[in-house]
Amino acid sequence: MDPFNLKKLNEARRLRQASVLVTDLGDGRDRVVHEGDPVSGALGEAIGKVLRSGRSGTIEAAGRSFFLNVHVPRPRLVVIGAVHISQALAPMAQIAGYEIEIIDPRTAFATSERFPGIALHAEWPEEVLSRQPLDAYTAVAAVTHDPKIDDFALKAALDAGCFYVGALGSRKTHAKRVERLLALGAAAAMIEQIQAPIGLPIGAASPAEIAVAVLAQIIGALRSRGSSDRSGDVAA
Amino acid sequence: MKPAAMLDESRDPLFIAEEWMESGKIVAIATVVETWGSAPRPVGSHLVIDADGNFHGSVSGGCVEGAVISEAADILETGRPKMLEFGVADETAWQVGLSCGGRIKVYVERLG
Repeated sequence: MDPFNLKKLNEARRLRQASVLVTDLGDGRDRVVHEGDPVSGALGEAIGKVLRSGRSGTIEAAGRSFFLNVHVPRPRLVVIGAVHISQALAPMAQIAGYEIEIIDPRTAFATSERFPGIALHAEWPEEVLSRQPLDAYTAVAAVTHDPKIDDFALKAALDAGCFYVGALGSRKTHAKRVERLLALGAAAAMIEQIQAPIGLPIGAASPAEIAVAVLAQIIGALRSRGSSDRSGDVAA
Repeated sequence: MKPAAMLDESRDPLFIAEEWMESGKIVAIATVVETWGSAPRPVGSHLVIDADGNFHGSVSGGCVEGAVISEAADILETGRPKMLEFGVADETAWQVGLSCGGRIKVYVERLG
């Protein structure tokens, strides 16, 4: 492996930029391709596929054998609302390997006593998200029930192409939210991607059960990125 | 959000490889490039090895690491990459089997 390419790859990983290390298994030469870099032909198509699926593999192109090692950023979960559901969701998401952050401007909710060991921002989403933008490898769950807090974050999540956007609330609540998001300039097709009511329909009743339903839905969204298969076929 | 903190750099084989390289060590990188059946580590997993036999990461549940590490010594010397294959179905190549019954292909190369 080329030392320069190792540095380039690690730099991309630090910056949360999805990249593929392409190794020619015939002569051992390699190169780093970032998401969005143009690569033509069968190799380019294969690179696009591994970036979407997040699954590395060997392919044949132009009579050569290439190993494509894809590095996608670690999934992150941003929860809007330091509520009861979040108290259960945060440790569960950590166990599942997600980097988690909670944003809630209500200082009575966003306390370290309620969320020990969790990155917490007692600020408006507008402030936090302008400092640290959302990206395609981030899931956003809005659970405050308060449009003043949730709406901006939901619009920002749609704009950033977050792989999962969920919002708490009944269908009636959501219908009103859709109107507000349209007024904020969100496209109808984008708004449809919001999971509302939030979480898989497993009849969850307690905050902890709702957290399980939400986390399962997030995992399903992550693992089915770039495919119609929602069975969560995980490489392992 | 500190992007660097999102990765566990102290346990990440590719960050360790870079750190070793910066400190003047020669390094071998082993990568799982193919798996069949029930394999313990997914395609793309890394094991990095230095000339003293120090290693980080994993290409299996631990059962073939020893063989990869001893093979790496040779690759560090010659600089020629090698494709290794392990599995219970392939006892002719290696005396190391995967108890889980799977097979894996591991590409081992020198950094630089």
